[in-house]
Amino acid sequence: MEDSHVISVLVENKPGVLARVSGMFSGRGFNIHSLAVAPTLDPEYSRMTIVTQGKEQIIEQIIKQLRKLVNVVKVQDLTRGDYVDREMVLIRVRATGPKRSEVLNLTDIFRAKVVDVTHDTVTIEVSGTQSKIDAILELLAPVGILDLLRTGMVAIQRARKGS
Amino acid sequence: MTKTPICTLSERELNPTVKISGAHILLESLKAEGVDTIFGYPGGAVIDVFDVLARHFSGDFRFVLVRHEQAAVHAADGYARATGKPGVALVTSGPGGTNTVTGLATAYMDSIPVLVFTGQVPTALIGNDAFQEADIVGITRPCTKHNHLVSRVEDLARTIREAFIVATTGRPGPVLVDLPKDVMQAKTPFHYPLDLELATYKPTVKAHPPSIKRAADLLLEARRPVIYAGGGVITSAAHQELRTLAEMLFLPVTMTLMGLGCFPGTHPLSLGMLGMHGTYRANMAVSGCDLLLAVGARFDDRVTGKIEEFAKDAKIIHIDIDPTSIQKNIGVDVPIVADARDAMAQLIAAVRGQGVPPEHRENLKDWHAQLTAWRSEQRLRFDRTTETIKPQYVVEKLYELTAGRAIITTEVGQNQMWAAQYYLFDEPRTFLTSGGLGTMGYGFPAAVGAQVAFPDKLVIDIAGDGSIQMNIQELATVKQYKLPVKIAILNNGFLGMVRQWQERFYDQLYAHTDITAAPDFVKLAEAYGAVGLRAETTSEVESVIKRGLETPGPVIMDFVVEREEGVYPMVPAGGSVKNMILV
Repeated sequence: MEDSHVISVLVENKPGVLARVSGMFSGRGFNIHSLAVAPTLDPEYSRMTIVTQGKEQIIEQIIKQLRKLVNVVKVQDLTRGDYVDREMVLIRVRATGPKRSEVLNLTDIFRAKVVDVTHDTVTIEVSGTQSKIDAILELLAPVGILDLLRTGMVAIQRARKGS
Repeated sequence: MTKTPICTLSERELNPTVKISGAHILLESLKAEGVDTIFGYPGGAVIDVFDVLARHFSGDFRFVLVRHEQAAVHAADGYARATGKPGVALVTSGPGGTNTVTGLATAYMDSIPVLVFTGQVPTALIGNDAFQEADIVGITRPCTKHNHLVSRVEDLARTIREAFIVATTGRPGPVLVDLPKDVMQAKTPFHYPLDLELATYKPTVKAHPPSIKRAADLLLEARRPVIYAGGGVITSAAHQELRTLAEMLFLPVTMTLMGLGCFPGTHPLSLGMLGMHGTYRANMAVSGCDLLLAVGARFDDRVTGKIEEFAKDAKIIHIDIDPTSIQKNIGVDVPIVADARDAMAQLIAAVRGQGVPPEHRENLKDWHAQLTAWRSEQRLRFDRTTETIKPQYVVEKLYELTAGRAIITTEVGQNQMWAAQYYLFDEPRTFLTSGGLGTMGYGFPAAVGAQVAFPDKLVIDIAGDGSIQMNIQELATVKQYKLPVKIAILNNGFLGMVRQWQERFYDQLYAHTDITAAPDFVKLAEAYGAVGLRAETTSEVESVIKRGLETPGPVIMDFVVEREEGVYPMVPAGGSVKNMILV
């Protein structure tokens, strides 16, 4: 079974660390579906959220290989527990005539935001879970998506109750 | 010109505010690490380091000027394998660095602690395509355990300490440190942080006791056990523990190419090497065992062949310090992440604690009878009647005439496999070979490194006529430093291992493997000021070896051998013991 796994990687915020991580994936033939990275509260470290697919044994190998990198502090497979994930997407759609109100309607329904508008296009910002993003993309597809930018997923483990 | 006075170490210890240059810090740091030998090659970007080295540290380090940077890394690697201490190489920027790549990849695949220091263009020029600039940190990222670009002299000492820690602990490996010229010239007070701890790097070395207990139980229950021992046993100096455990439980031991010497090759419990060119007995044993104790080995494809058929009826215990090695190629029943020596010591204690039942040996009698039967069925063999020299005979004679006492290095290919099969290694760190990467051209510079480490030991490179030409320029190095390395060329005028595959699997179309257009190796040795000897018939072999070994200084012994001899037995790539080719 090739399951999707969300792997959270805490790394030192140093030059070359992203190259080490991405190089390990490409060098060993592992797949990166998405990768989001930015500094943590402590600017000495960065957090990477990597979405990858593979059989159990491959995922185990990916996690071990990540842990083996000297600049990697901590690796968690969030998929093994409860977590919250979000992705932000910018979508530019063709929006002329009656399609314009359809787009704006969908924007409301999905609690998205219009961030840019011209006579014939609307650009909206939407964030949410993968299923929400998939849903809005599916509904906007017939309208005509001109451009699409995704940040890649970020995810955080749910806090334990009482902690 | 006046010499710049530079304070001595004691002065600096009294006065830690004295500023010294990056070049000086580098060499002081190497001294603090106990380094006494550096292999290298100078150039523009590291000229400051070489200057300080010659001016102020000539009494602290033996510097060996090789004739190609690749050889510097192989020599440092050979030094490390022979001694167990890290090997150090110092080269310049650009091509100096890129020439180290094969050496680094070789050391990386075989987990050898090597430190490579490369010069770099000044920080202000980095990224500008400056003369002799290469992004060596980027280039070597996948073939080093870790690497660093030092961009401030203040970070230098700490980075060097970190490099040594990473290179020598856990599963060892090569580390490269890139040193921009202005960082070598800039000055700062020197303090070497010997007690440095790395927050993000903490290898597991202690075995988990419940796993040890489980392993001990399995060892006592097994009726057809085999130990499969690899290079990790040598790295962790677990050879004594391995022997104790094997003798205590009457366990047969097979070794990987990298493991040769970790268990005495002449020991009655030794099955010899396993894998593609392993012994019939070793491969049959692994195929038929009910328990496999893998220690410091990584189930390489050259060992396992077809993975589904490998030890398919066996429970597997796998001891390895690198968690990524476990469950990578094969599922195991008892994974133990630990230093081999710690795990074996715990295992011995656990077995002792439970007590070996008196009937234990009796329980394994049938298994040992089977092992003996396999041995008599198919021994390593070659035709002993020919006047044309058989390469196996040369290795066998080398073994006899050196009483198994030499440090043997090899090149890669048939020479390497015959050396592994016919020279029996009783001690660890006496067989230096490029196992993982399979680097032709490794053996000679590695022999240089071993000989520098042990000037009084006999060091022999068993070579092929192809491989030896890949670093033949090191004849100048052995001449310069009066290193008495002996080279035995098994000269068949072919890239023999490829030719053998072409013979077996490619309808004998010898595509570009004929290398009869070669130098006269005797004259070549003489051209470099070494001694060259040649044997062309079987009857000449012994006298050439004797003369070669008696001759002081470097010697090439050119053995003109049977051109189309093959290495057997052979399990074809991806095959199993069922596909083993015996002759």
